[in-house]
Amino acid sequence: MALRIQHKIFERDNQPVEFSKETLAKFRKLIGRYPEGRQKSALLPILHIAQEESGGHLRVDVMDFVADLLKIQPVEVYEVATFYTQFRLENTGKFLLEVCRTAPCAICGGEDIFEYLSEKLGITDGETTPDGLFTLQGVECLGACGYAPVMQVNTEFEENLTNEKIDRILSELRSKANVDKPKESKWAEKFC
Amino acid sequence: MGRKILLEHIDVPGIKTFDVYRANKGYSAVEKALKTMSPDEVIEEVKKSGLRGRGGAGFPTGLKWSFLDRKTNNPRYLVCNADESEPGTFKDRYLIDHIPHLLIEGLIVSSYALGCNATFVYVRGEFKTQIGILEQAVAEARKAGFLGKNILGTNYSLEIYVHSGAGAYICGEETALLESLEGKRGNPRIKPPFPAVKGLYDCPTVVNNVETLAAVGPIINMGGPEYAKIGIGRSTGTKLISACGNINKPGVYEIELGLPVSEFLFSEEYCGGIKGGKQLKAVIPGGSSVPVLPAKLITTTAAGEPRLMSYESLAEGGFVSGTMMGSGGFIVYDADACMVRSTWNFSRFYHHESCGQCSPCREGTGWMEKVLHRIENGHGRQEDIDLLVSIAAKIEGNTICPLGDAAAWPVASAIRHFREEFEFHVNYPELVRDPKHQPISKLAQVHV
Repeated sequence: MALRIQHKIFERDNQPVEFSKETLAKFRKLIGRYPEGRQKSALLPILHIAQEESGGHLRVDVMDFVADLLKIQPVEVYEVATFYTQFRLENTGKFLLEVCRTAPCAICGGEDIFEYLSEKLGITDGETTPDGLFTLQGVECLGACGYAPVMQVNTEFEENLTNEKIDRILSELRSKANVDKPKESKWAEKFC
Repeated sequence: MGRKILLEHIDVPGIKTFDVYRANKGYSAVEKALKTMSPDEVIEEVKKSGLRGRGGAGFPTGLKWSFLDRKTNNPRYLVCNADESEPGTFKDRYLIDHIPHLLIEGLIVSSYALGCNATFVYVRGEFKTQIGILEQAVAEARKAGFLGKNILGTNYSLEIYVHSGAGAYICGEETALLESLEGKRGNPRIKPPFPAVKGLYDCPTVVNNVETLAAVGPIINMGGPEYAKIGIGRSTGTKLISACGNINKPGVYEIELGLPVSEFLFSEEYCGGIKGGKQLKAVIPGGSSVPVLPAKLITTTAAGEPRLMSYESLAEGGFVSGTMMGSGGFIVYDADACMVRSTWNFSRFYHHESCGQCSPCREGTGWMEKVLHRIENGHGRQEDIDLLVSIAAKIEGNTICPLGDAAAWPVASAIRHFREEFEFHVNYPELVRDPKHQPISKLAQVHV
């Protein structure tokens, strides 16, 4: 099983990695913040940008590109990408809904919010809606316990959630998606 | 009204911006320190203030600074820990959101005291908004000549860099944070060597929490001894408490250390009592890693003294009847809460967040989660409760970093104080299978 999963994750995409001039300049600026010979320090900040610009997840060729850029071994990038929750190796929906499920949120109705979202979208933890719009993910403490229940929609926090507020957020996101073109979800199938 | 030190100007409109902050005596500590004090004098002042680490450990800040190896020719680093991830804690986010320049000012004064020319603020990756706020604040301070080369015409130069994490609770542990800052997995390092000797890039390093560093500016302005007059005993000054859970007024409050817990819980100035007029059941006063206390022990110590919000009073009674100040993440449970479910929830958190380096933590957190899950879902066995106690005891003290202890304490303390709830789950499995079952106290009245 483990082998199969690794094989899928490390399957190379045929699209060549291309970052804009502006993005490459951002990468260089980030590298410049750290002392000479310590350019690896820029890895996490660079991966954030690389992930955002390559459609919300890190393809292996993107990781290899970052390894080259930082003059480190590809495995040094893979081990970091697989360690941190925010780096994703699978495609997600256009909107990633990360609902906090840790106790301070849970005792304020966080579990009900998750269930409500799950019902409304017809998907469970870790799944993406067939239209590629929403991925639902239960996550651990987001550090906003006083405004519980909370979730993160991509990078934005949505706080003091109620069912009504969820309805409003979902319809706002849907109309936003109609304006922007929905993201292709060729990796929508689950790994395991 | 308690005295406000960190949040003194919080209500001033526009205090988030450099100009308004400056107009409210902002950056006067930088002027005072850089122009009239030597680095050693700054350290001495912080020592006199009695300031203790606000991230959770409560270690005296001045003493930590004095351990920094200043003889080496290597650069020295100050790293600000803004990886706020302890469940129940959201005070650093609040500070950064509302008064970011207080942190920048503290960073400049502290960096000057420690002789650092490059300082990193490690912010948890989820706080993208806060990263933007800090970068903006750094740019403003730089433009005004408080950062960069030859600050205020002195020969002291400093750059502050805001660095993003990527979602890992373990990176709040200082050596894991340093590993992460070097672009690696957040695996904590074996100590010694301590960061003060060998930290970031093998150079002497101090890692301090956001709130700790934010307090340095006011301490320099008022003088260490004056700060030390606030508070009680060795718990000097003020502390930010982030209150959440089943209370009327969740939020971030600045308290003078020594405030009675009951006043914090029930007065209108702070938590405003339990939501919906329910009874108080339990409190975790310092973030999820510290022991939970039942209502009677959180307001009064076992010896019958009123319990105070101070490092010493909260710890009174040790782990038998006390808890810890921790990070100040104050989680309140009302009478309807199920302590078994909450304990299972936290054990899942620690299992998810264990870095996997040490076997007792990697395996033990998973075992605790599984055993608690089956008890909570009505499949528990009589021997499971003692099994949990035994696993917790075998994790505690047997790992490189304190995450193991942090995972063990909530389980051990919940069983110590709420054993009857765990036993009820084992004895009446059919009554607890529904996660929204009635409170155990009510069920027990009918069925026992």
